[in-house]
Amino acid sequence: MADKKATRAAFGETLVELADAGIPVCAVEADLSGSTTTNKLKAAHPERFFNVGIAEQNMVAVAGGLSLTGQIPFTGSFAVFGTGRVYDQIRNTVCYANLNVKIAPTHAGVSVGPDGGTHQMVEDIALMRVLPNMKVLVPADFNSAKAAIRLAAQTPGPVYVRMGRASVPQVYGEDAEMTLGGSRILREGSDVSIIACGIEIDQALKAADILAQQGVSAQVIDAYCVKPLDEETVLCSVAKTGCVVTAEEHSIIGGLGGAVAELLAEKAPAPLERIGMKDCFGTSGEFDDLMAEFGLDASSIAQAALRAIARK
Amino acid sequence: MELTELKKKANDIRIDIVDMIAQAGSGHPGGSLSAAEIVTALYFGGVLDHDPANPSKKGRDRFILSKGHAAPALYAALAEAGYFPKEELATLRKLHSRLQGHPDCRKLPGVEASTGSLGQGLSIAAGIACGLRINQEQGTVFALMGDGETQEGQIWEAAMFAAHMKLDNLVGIVDHNRLQIDGKIAEVCSPEDLGDKFRAFGWQVFVCDGNDMESVLDTLASAKASRSGVPVAVIAETTKGKGVSFMEDQAGWHGKAPNASQREEALAELCGKEAN
Repeated sequence: MADKKATRAAFGETLVELADAGIPVCAVEADLSGSTTTNKLKAAHPERFFNVGIAEQNMVAVAGGLSLTGQIPFTGSFAVFGTGRVYDQIRNTVCYANLNVKIAPTHAGVSVGPDGGTHQMVEDIALMRVLPNMKVLVPADFNSAKAAIRLAAQTPGPVYVRMGRASVPQVYGEDAEMTLGGSRILREGSDVSIIACGIEIDQALKAADILAQQGVSAQVIDAYCVKPLDEETVLCSVAKTGCVVTAEEHSIIGGLGGAVAELLAEKAPAPLERIGMKDCFGTSGEFDDLMAEFGLDASSIAQAALRAIARK
Repeated sequence: MELTELKKKANDIRIDIVDMIAQAGSGHPGGSLSAAEIVTALYFGGVLDHDPANPSKKGRDRFILSKGHAAPALYAALAEAGYFPKEELATLRKLHSRLQGHPDCRKLPGVEASTGSLGQGLSIAAGIACGLRINQEQGTVFALMGDGETQEGQIWEAAMFAAHMKLDNLVGIVDHNRLQIDGKIAEVCSPEDLGDKFRAFGWQVFVCDGNDMESVLDTLASAKASRSGVPVAVIAETTKGKGVSFMEDQAGWHGKAPNASQREEALAELCGKEAN
């Protein structure tokens, strides 16, 4: 499983598989079908592909209309346009009416790279998580992204699936499955809980390796379903380890770190360190350099784990 | 329904609108009253293929109230058609009512989409039109927009898309009452000429007297029957507040409820028309 692959590569491919199986999925795209890979659905099932051009507001509400005829539409575009630019359409047309629309943009986070801060969406999980009826899935790799698209298609109502541009190492095998409200313990440990999502899973596992060399045992949890959060698994882990690090390629405000902070504050106060974008925008650069620049890399997670342990 | 009966129905709908907004103590009478003939033609004039006993009937036509603040006009038409008891109109905007301030398709039978944030209904209608095409269903989708609402950029995104997709199962109606909250649309930020704009976007455009029952009925029926490979826009020339003299052509009655004496005066005028 050493091959690297982008989560976005799972999008079009999985839509084709679902459509082939007779599930009425559609893609509503805004001129980025090559980047998001929805062009694969266009090639295989042209009648199920709609390109609205560079008009994201229309994209979301057209998807809403399609859902009212029994179709299961997935919107495309990049996360910065596919969530923030169309927040009102997602709120009022989709979520308020609990329509069966899947918001599935790609190019989330700083891993977009050289395009820079205008295109690096680091607030999308927060924006989507706060919406009533919305569910939020953040897959770690290609195989889990395929599972996320399948789960979104079979889950009634609005679902947000967050995908990225960069190729990332495979964590899951082809048998990866997701459940709504679920999570996956990827490594057992007793000194600190590292709760991560998306491409930070790879960094979290590397951080656990660094910590192991120092005699620190870290439990690594893939909280791929940020909403509804698998509270039971998080609380069970914290009861054992007594401290937590969250890691996400997103603002530390309002995303996974925010969700875990809310949970711990209410039900099990414990030392918490949040890895993520510290209330700032991204910048142009290459993927690896940006991960280090913003403290999203494995060594930053490992250092945060030691700080959390010291606060116990 | 005969023309005389349809005119009476439109007047009944106006009475319902004034009464329910007065009881609610808030709401939007101006743009509801201007649309009375339009909803009457749709629901009672044989334009919409619909069934109050089976709101989700397969193959039905659909109506999307993009200008969601005119909910009282839609509620009155749905109640008069039998989608829910008329007594429920008195619950408009009240706690636990199915008659929300803006239409909620999850609560009230007959409401096809939740609307209220302006500019989104034409896109929703276009999406439905695409879905009906996939499903090989024959229904026509109607969307009613406000003229002020066409200041929203999304309307023109939808106009471009619908023409590109050749959605001739889509009819966009503009309630052209020429007023918005801040005054005349031509003075606030003019979207005119609306007919020219829709034509430029590749739509077929019909114009009618939106407060003349016969004109509205004929035009909407023609728009539905057109199916000429392009979507149809109907510019319905209307008067805001139509039917209640002191509300007519007054931007101030966009979003204000009549008080007790104003309600009485309005109902007296409308009921007088009923008697005639």
